[in-house]
Amino acid sequence: MQIKDLFTKKKYATIPSEPRKRDIPEGLMNKCSKCGTIQYSKELEKNLKVCSSCGHHFRLTAWERIGITLDEGHLLEYDADMESVDPLAFPGYASKLEQQKSKSGLREAVVTGEGTIGGFPVVAAVMSFDFFTGSMGSVVGEKITRAIEAAHAKRLPLLIFSTSGGARMQESILSLMQMAKTSAALSKFQGDGGLFISVFTDPTTGGVSASFASLGDYNLAEPGALIGFAGRIVIEQTIRQKLPDDFQTAEFNLQHGQLDKVVHRKDMKATLTKLLDMHVAREGTSYGG
Amino acid sequence: MAGELPFEKPLNDFRQKIIELKSLSVEKGIDFSEEIARLESRCKQLEEELYSELTPAQKMHMARHHQRPTSLDFIQAVFTDFIELHGDRLFADDLAIVGGLAKLNGVPVTVIGHQRGKDTRDNIARFFGSPHPEGFRKALRLMEQANKFKRPIITFIDTKGAYPGKTAEERGQSEAIARNLREMAGFGVPIVCVVIGEGGSGGALALGVGNRVLMLENAIYSAISPNGAASILWKDASRADQAAEAMKITAKDLLEFGVIEDIIAEPQGGAHKDLEFQAAQIKDKLWKHLEELLPLTGEQLIEDRYNKFRKVGQYRIPEQRVEAAGSKQAGVSPAAQSLSGGAPKETAPEAAPTVQ
Repeated sequence: MQIKDLFTKKKYATIPSEPRKRDIPEGLMNKCSKCGTIQYSKELEKNLKVCSSCGHHFRLTAWERIGITLDEGHLLEYDADMESVDPLAFPGYASKLEQQKSKSGLREAVVTGEGTIGGFPVVAAVMSFDFFTGSMGSVVGEKITRAIEAAHAKRLPLLIFSTSGGARMQESILSLMQMAKTSAALSKFQGDGGLFISVFTDPTTGGVSASFASLGDYNLAEPGALIGFAGRIVIEQTIRQKLPDDFQTAEFNLQHGQLDKVVHRKDMKATLTKLLDMHVAREGTSYGG
Repeated sequence: MAGELPFEKPLNDFRQKIIELKSLSVEKGIDFSEEIARLESRCKQLEEELYSELTPAQKMHMARHHQRPTSLDFIQAVFTDFIELHGDRLFADDLAIVGGLAKLNGVPVTVIGHQRGKDTRDNIARFFGSPHPEGFRKALRLMEQANKFKRPIITFIDTKGAYPGKTAEERGQSEAIARNLREMAGFGVPIVCVVIGEGGSGGALALGVGNRVLMLENAIYSAISPNGAASILWKDASRADQAAEAMKITAKDLLEFGVIEDIIAEPQGGAHKDLEFQAAQIKDKLWKHLEELLPLTGEQLIEDRYNKFRKVGQYRIPEQRVEAAGSKQAGVSPAAQSLSGGAPKETAPEAAPTVQ
């Protein structure tokens, strides 16, 4: 190369090319939907699916939740076979149910059963948003009610992790009545001294938020979880105002007196254990671990 | 004619023709009496055809009719000695819910209802009958008072739903509704609820956990308004009529599902055509059901109410199957069946060994 060549501008031809595909195998990496940080899925899992950068709590499926909450991840499941029918013959419902089953690997939007937490026996109901947005139809209502009744009969504490888009409109009035059914069961259980710990996870809205989920003796929530009755868009259209960004978050609800405590996922099991420990049966009390 | 619904137009055209013919016969002195009589009998026939079997969508429009009597209209017409009581003692007096003391056939009761407005100004003050948390808490306060003094509770349900607002969420809309559901389940006095217009979602149910739930013939009751369902399902709220057909929202449907116990007849053309007749019908049915409940003890009433709601829902437990491994006694589910209504239930919980 000659010296003068250094001062001439080289001309490059641009060749249109496909953007380079990342050759990362599917599922190896995960992008945080909140802050965009990309992290190894394995790391994320080790972190209980909480973003290491911004602390965003990813949604968990029912079995993931059971895995990190119950001792040895073990749940003795109740009513595992119970399935939805199509009582209204609602257009598209039957096929949507099938699609949700194969997508999520679940039969319905809640898993119920019993196990132990920190050695304390509990009856647990864990909802899964990945089945039909966690919506409550007859099966969810029935399984939750049976779980409450089982806790009552066995005199065990009841723990419910909620996540739901609300009532399942494909079962319309029957869905709505599940709100009354579950709340009535809680009336009996709690009225008889039963302990109910409710944990809101992202998101818990509509008919679930307006029934059993709000009725805990202790109401906890994961950070950032969306908790509310009406949807943001409906509210904005009704009051013709833009709502603040933190509207209906767990922190917003805590600030407005709707929650006892917001608990980080890594502290959840310890917090639950501590709470259960406070309720160990003593002389003269009928309930406890 | 004022307040005519679109589907009533043919009938009104007919009536108009009869009026024209009558005035023509007076003006011109021609005798159209035969013609008029024929038209009138045809009109009557048409009326009967039109109103005998309204579609769900037509009922929805009837239930939302702006002239339809409200809770206060019925409270005045059905009861005597009404004393309205106000406020939740915590925050405010929500005018979307009215309530107080009254007598039904001489028996003191607590009566509570959603209250729509009569005109725009009234509607704004009453949030179109959509309560905030303070409304539900006002209702709860009055119900607790009724429970203390052993008065039966009567509620009138008529709302599109709980108010979707910022302050409503801040003050715990969910908690207010949920608490009403749980507390209503536990009251040892008779509770009779009547859906008089639109029963929309949790905001309606928050006054709806009764021993008996009755519905006016053209009232509707659903988990989400047909407009809301249409906008979610088809991204088009204007297809509410179509959603109304799919959602099984009528009194007849709900009676079949075991969600309500009785239907109260409406005058031909809807409740707004004859308030006096409608109030008499409501009074009859209210009294009939109350008379059945009054002899029951507090515990029996709670049990009766529990059983009513406990059995609502339809599901299936497919085939015989052994429960999860590790179970001492394998739980066996009943063979393929579709459970509904009061079918007996026996399943898994007992299968689980006690973890200790």
